Amino acid sequence: MNFSSIILIPLIPLAVFLLLGIFNKKIKPLASGYIGVAGLLVSTLLSINTAYHYFFVYGKSDGVYQTFVEKTVWMNFTDTLAIDMGVQIDPISVMMLIVVSIVSLMVQIYSRGYMKGDDGYTKFFAFLALFSFSMYGLVLATNLFQIYIFWELVGVSSYLLIGYYYTKPSAVSAAKKAFIVTRFADLGFLIGILIMGYYTGTYDFETLNNPEGSAILNWASTSFMGLSVLTWALILIFIGGAGKSAMFPLHIWLPDAMEGPTPVSALIHAATMVVAGIFLVARLFPMFYFVEEGFALNIVAYVGAFSSLFAAIIAITQTDIKRVLAFSTMSQLGYMMLALGVSGYEGHEGLGYMASMFHLFTHAMFKALLFLCAGSVIHAVHSNYLKDMGGLRKYMPITNITFLIAALAIAGVPPFAGFFSKDEILVAAFEHNKLIYFIGIFVAGLTAFYMFRIYFGIFWGKDTKYEQKPHESPLSMTFPLLFLALLSIIGGFIPFSEFVTADKAGFEAHINYPLAAVAVGVGLIGIALAWVFYKKENDLADKMVNFFGPLYQWTYDKFYFDEIYLFITKKILFNRVSAPIAKFDRKYVDGTMVGIGNKTVLASEKIKGMQSGKVQDYAFAFVAGVVIIALVFIYLWTS
Amino acid sequence: MDILSLFITVPVITILALVFTRGLKQARIVSMIGSLVQFGMAINLVFAYFKERAVNNDIMVFTKDVVWFKEFNIHYTIGVDGISVTLLLLTAIVVLAGVFISWKMKDLPKEFFVSLIVLSIGVYGFFISLDLFTMFVFFEIAVIPMYLLIGIWGSGPKEYSAMKLTLMLMGASAILLVAILGIYFNSNADGGALTFNILEIAKVNIPFEVQKLFFPLTFIGFAVIGALFPFHTWSPDGHASAPTAVSMLHAGVLMKLGGYGVFRVAMYLLPEGAQHWSWFFIILATIGTIYGAFSAIKQTDLKYINAYSSVSHLGMVLFALLMLNKTAWNGAILQSLSHGFMTALFFALIGMIYERTHTRDVTKLGGLLKVIPFISVIYVIAGLASLGLPGFSGFVAEMNIFVGAFQHEDLFYRVATIVSVSAIVVTAVYILRVVGIMLMGPVKNEGFLTLERVTWYEKLGILLLLIPIVGMGVAPLWLSDMILDSLQPFIQGVL
Repeated sequence: MNFSSIILIPLIPLAVFLLLGIFNKKIKPLASGYIGVAGLLVSTLLSINTAYHYFFVYGKSDGVYQTFVEKTVWMNFTDTLAIDMGVQIDPISVMMLIVVSIVSLMVQIYSRGYMKGDDGYTKFFAFLALFSFSMYGLVLATNLFQIYIFWELVGVSSYLLIGYYYTKPSAVSAAKKAFIVTRFADLGFLIGILIMGYYTGTYDFETLNNPEGSAILNWASTSFMGLSVLTWALILIFIGGAGKSAMFPLHIWLPDAMEGPTPVSALIHAATMVVAGIFLVARLFPMFYFVEEGFALNIVAYVGAFSSLFAAIIAITQTDIKRVLAFSTMSQLGYMMLALGVSGYEGHEGLGYMASMFHLFTHAMFKALLFLCAGSVIHAVHSNYLKDMGGLRKYMPITNITFLIAALAIAGVPPFAGFFSKDEILVAAFEHNKLIYFIGIFVAGLTAFYMFRIYFGIFWGKDTKYEQKPHESPLSMTFPLLFLALLSIIGGFIPFSEFVTADKAGFEAHINYPLAAVAVGVGLIGIALAWVFYKKENDLADKMVNFFGPLYQWTYDKFYFDEIYLFITKKILFNRVSAPIAKFDRKYVDGTMVGIGNKTVLASEKIKGMQSGKVQDYAFAFVAGVVIIALVFIYLWTS
Repeated sequence: MDILSLFITVPVITILALVFTRGLKQARIVSMIGSLVQFGMAINLVFAYFKERAVNNDIMVFTKDVVWFKEFNIHYTIGVDGISVTLLLLTAIVVLAGVFISWKMKDLPKEFFVSLIVLSIGVYGFFISLDLFTMFVFFEIAVIPMYLLIGIWGSGPKEYSAMKLTLMLMGASAILLVAILGIYFNSNADGGALTFNILEIAKVNIPFEVQKLFFPLTFIGFAVIGALFPFHTWSPDGHASAPTAVSMLHAGVLMKLGGYGVFRVAMYLLPEGAQHWSWFFIILATIGTIYGAFSAIKQTDLKYINAYSSVSHLGMVLFALLMLNKTAWNGAILQSLSHGFMTALFFALIGMIYERTHTRDVTKLGGLLKVIPFISVIYVIAGLASLGLPGFSGFVAEMNIFVGAFQHEDLFYRVATIVSVSAIVVTAVYILRVVGIMLMGPVKNEGFLTLERVTWYEKLGILLLLIPIVGMGVAPLWLSDMILDSLQPFIQGVL
């Protein structure tokens, strides 16, 4: 492999970030947009070039796609443990390069239009470049510590971009929340890494993942509370992944993250950063699969399935279109997780793994598209809320069509991309775990319903009177829409199973027609219901709301998880832990020290009278001393 | 004059020159030249050290020995290894930055700079001493000017704070003196002469009973200045009252004497005592780590937040030292350096904000990013560094500490380690809280709109501190390997 060109892929955005960051004030906004796009275009071309060479020029040897690693020591811990920095080229990292590049590039082009006239235009492109750099570093990582390093960096890019409108208090608290919740999850990740490093003696993915390697073969050698320590490590690492990928119950930051500018939501909180958790599990898949017969992997499956269902239910009731999309993202991420969770390892057994990666790929395209469309709509009507929209198809034809394509893709209607990847996921679930299959199929119906609910709500439904007539967005914004729509149409025809599989050997996947028919049927029912409720203005939806009553309210309030977290942090941690500690410190710890000081002063006050300066006092003390000493001597003498 | 003694002589000359200056302008120029020379010397020392290390395999290089007090065998013995070289560099940088930050010191400038430089003499001397007694003398030289610096140039209840700080540190010194004498009178355990020389004492097998007695005294004697819980309470008050440059120097450098002393004296000379007592001090250090972080959440004064943050970060230094292995010790030294730069930077920024807005109460501040963007952005960066973001020095240090601590397999260590690790979340909470309230959000006060932008000398001071933070964080290899090499002989002594 030509590593010198691969290493440029992350380094170019880094250079752009430094350039735009340091010379923030000196660069004209227009120029910074061009610099950002140009930098990313080069990275994208290099990524495509890498993928082409990897899959078609080198291809398979010994029947599998080889893994290429190039690395250097970054810091030594002990004689054997060190943090390396490097690049690892294998099917999933190459696939991720493509995903990150394409979505980043489209979002940057889009942002040139969307952010036009904003004060922090240059800053915005600098942050986007920082994010691209970190994300590239994350997907290319060769070891656990490297991935953790870039993991934190994407986290901080996300923090900076969510808080981009920093004068808005809601954006500030959303940014803080996102960082702290994921940081909490990363605590698990870090401890997992520490355990993994200590018991296996390495952080390297290559060594850890080797099915014949000592890490996997000796998983049973040490156990803690009935489970292998490696299982604990994997569970903890998964907690890190669950935080980033907004799995229940660590999902609460994602809806709030929608406070960021919409292109950011498309890039970071839909297509790329949030799939880091999926990528992490996929990265360590052999370990998840082989250690303790896949105990940790089972947890992944159930957490994924539950999150997927939970989020889909909430998505139905939300009225802010970005929040609907956010919960939809969470639900689809759950889909990917559950697919990994039910996957096997070799050949067709590994269908779930392949399906998960496939869905990651297609979802990145159509979910980014959905967000960018939403951005286009918000740009036009200056509101996030469904109540302020309606009938927009007449004013925004391109946005309308592209949104429809994306909605069909996510609903799993053939021949759009989502159909293929979702079908594979459902097949994998059907073959391994019926319960999860049923959850999956139910979620598929819900997805179609909530997505068309907002589609009809935005573009059909009531004819809202607009103060300013909405108009279609400029070309810089519609071009990315059209490009991503194209990918959402054709993306499904990529023979993914040839390229990205758990054992890297590839297999031939076929559409399972009966299962596909069921899935499509459920999707169409969902769409049909949405048609009935929302195509024309009517009171059916309100009736349903009244029918469900409190159930609706709970769902609308996201089952009060935000309130629970607030209670734990504000009421318990702040008021019951922090405040008492701070008080204890001043009152008792410091009080004791001050007390010692005061006692000393007091004691000296008491005895200072002895040095009175009066001769008669000294004479009295002298005589008294003589008398006492004489008495003592006499006593000693006589006894 | 040898390369190390210059670190004492140059400040002395600077002080002599300062005596003849008049007014702020002359005083600051002389101080700046003096600290610039010092800074150059420190950088030169790094290169000289590498050159010397290539041919010289002794534990300490550039050694020199002059008899000072013959009866008690007290010598002026100096020498450095990789660890002290890095700490000397830290000191030189922080002093120079401190001079820039005090560019506008209006009250008694000459006396202020003299006190500041006297303090730095103590610190330099402490880091190069290899003789316990000489080391102790320099320790006192570093601590005493603090009383004047806070008492005269401070703000708020300055006399109270100065008194508290000095008394607590003096109390610790008294304990330390007992410990040092205890070590001295047992340095002939193998039949040799009584000596204060650290390298000589390290070769002696001091009886276990003696180690058991004197280790806690030595540890506490040093660790009080390293903000060991529960002896840390001088630090919030002291920092809050101290003028900016003094806070910088005190938190950035002076507090490092604690960890360094624990490492050089307590761990190296009393290794069996360390093994025996480590469990007890691990508990205190672990409490300090998490307790400091939680206390910081509820503070509203910026300086208090930073002081409690220091309790937490330096608790980690002591925690790492008690882990008694190379990786953790490397982490302890790196954390000392990292915290030195970071906290000095924080205090510098807090000083700048205070000078402009006349308040340090976060609840009264808001939206500063809009009005003083440079200072605010650097504050965000310093905050991110402080919460251990990769790419900055804190991450490098903390990872060494955690990986090192994880080398111990029994449950006690595991629990202590996990409690310490969880401080990274609490740290994120208090840092982002301040960033959210103070820098982001709407501009709270009309008066803020006209705040003075950052000046060139402030920028210089900031950059001096920021560059090492980023440098260490991006490319830690050479520094960490240099420290690891120097740790080798010490770790052999302990195990």
